[in-house]
Amino acid sequence: MGNLEHLYRQVIMDHYKSPFNKGLVADPTYFTVNLHNPSCGDDMTVQIKESNGIVTDIRHEGTGCSICCSSASVMSITLKNKTKQQALDIIHDYYHMLTNEPYDQTILNGDALAYHGVAQFPARIKCATLAWKATEQALLANKEE
Amino acid sequence: MMIDVKKIRQQFPIYDANPDLVYLDTAASSLKPKAVIDVVDHYYSKLGVNVHRGVYGLSYEATDLYEAARTTVAKFLNAKFEEIVFTRGTTAALNLVASSYLEKLKPGDEIITSELEHHSSMLPWLQVAKKTGAVLKYVELDQQGRITVEAFKAVLSDRTKVVALTYVSNVMGYITPVKPIIDLAHEKGAVVILDAAQAAPHLAIDVTALNVDFLAFSGHKVCGPTGIGVLYGKRHLLNQMSPIEFGGDMNVTVDKFDATWKEAPYRFEAGTPIIAGAIGLARAIEYISEIGFDSIHEHVSKLHAYALAKLKAVDGIEIYNETAETGIIAFNVLGVHPHDAASIFDQNKVCIRAGHHCAQLITKWLKQIATLRATFYIYNDEKDADLFVESVKEAVRFFGAF
Repeated sequence: MGNLEHLYRQVIMDHYKSPFNKGLVADPTYFTVNLHNPSCGDDMTVQIKESNGIVTDIRHEGTGCSICCSSASVMSITLKNKTKQQALDIIHDYYHMLTNEPYDQTILNGDALAYHGVAQFPARIKCATLAWKATEQALLANKEE
Repeated sequence: MMIDVKKIRQQFPIYDANPDLVYLDTAASSLKPKAVIDVVDHYYSKLGVNVHRGVYGLSYEATDLYEAARTTVAKFLNAKFEEIVFTRGTTAALNLVASSYLEKLKPGDEIITSELEHHSSMLPWLQVAKKTGAVLKYVELDQQGRITVEAFKAVLSDRTKVVALTYVSNVMGYITPVKPIIDLAHEKGAVVILDAAQAAPHLAIDVTALNVDFLAFSGHKVCGPTGIGVLYGKRHLLNQMSPIEFGGDMNVTVDKFDATWKEAPYRFEAGTPIIAGAIGLARAIEYISEIGFDSIHEHVSKLHAYALAKLKAVDGIEIYNETAETGIIAFNVLGVHPHDAASIFDQNKVCIRAGHHCAQLITKWLKQIATLRATFYIYNDEKDADLFVESVKEAVRFFGAF
């Protein structure tokens, strides 16, 4: 498989065309973070809901390229129903995978692994991490009552 | 005279290290010829000292080269020596003018600009409008996205004080009909500032014939170094403007509670100037002048027409500026985000730009999130155009397969 095929695996394009957990909710118990990449115009809003230390729901809505939009869907199914710390660990492993650093596949697994091809396209790392960074910010800022 | 691309490429060392390079992003920055690199190298390795200060031989030579660069730029634009201010680039030059006009505008005064502008041409005036209460007016673009004299007349009024427009659009590649616009603006007593960043690589600019008040361009887009640019301003207008930066070399007398400023251009060149940049820019201007704008125009037009004809035969794409007079093609692959398409070009080592090109207004006018842009220049040939079109086809095929 060529580099481009690695970048655009079928799993990525499936999430792009049929995303999970897409669409925001008007529920004040969700914590919302919006991130914008001014250099390319990608825009991503993520909402998380935490209860009893568990991320019980993640919603996302944004505009951007297929890597950016699909990664929001993948992020949501990867981190849902994890604890805050588990979610943060997975996020850091995901970053490591994209920058060609060692990562632990017992922590990071599933569809998120399809993004390892992004490491060959450094210009696209920002696309693949926007939704993940929004969730990271939300996790770090959200103080559960 | 026909351009011999093979010979030209031998003058650009980047092709030694990257013989397969397909560089179609000159609108962002041109490649740099050895002639320019050599004079910059000469300054750093043989001189390396300050200008206007030292009472020793090396400083004299550095000063001579720096001021000779000003003469070269003045001749290039058909301006006078004292009308050439060296700046960090077009952005700094346009901001310099706008900042100086903060104290000249009052509420109700009007500033005309357009949606075709690069951010550096309209954002400084957006700030001036906000701070002074002046009103920002946009020339309505025609169906192709062009600035027309008729549309300009429709927004010109007795209250117009400033007209800030692009000479050549960095996204659409259109040439603005600047001469009639300048004449009309002058009838109302307004000053005209032209962003010539994209014009300078493609057109012979004659500021005296145009009778333009201010004009700016960058070194790195005319085969020169980064970090150097030029503000041309009519002498009396420059000397009516207050300095923006204060420091060494821009003053005449300095007392504890007062100081006086030098005449232009020096009042705008506080601190150690961009010596190597100016010397490199002068060499770059000589370099493209030796090739000649007639030859550059002929070569770029031919390549542009060649690429456009091939591109128009590709299904599944949309071209936004088929009538561009300069070598810019703005387009998208239908249903594919420009950043996705861009990775195909990246993979094939075809360097094009994807994004809003620091011109969000025209991107919005086109009703796009972003666009792809390919630019042709003197070092490009038909093979580059072929590889470019092949990559476009590949993008259509690749993303259509999912």
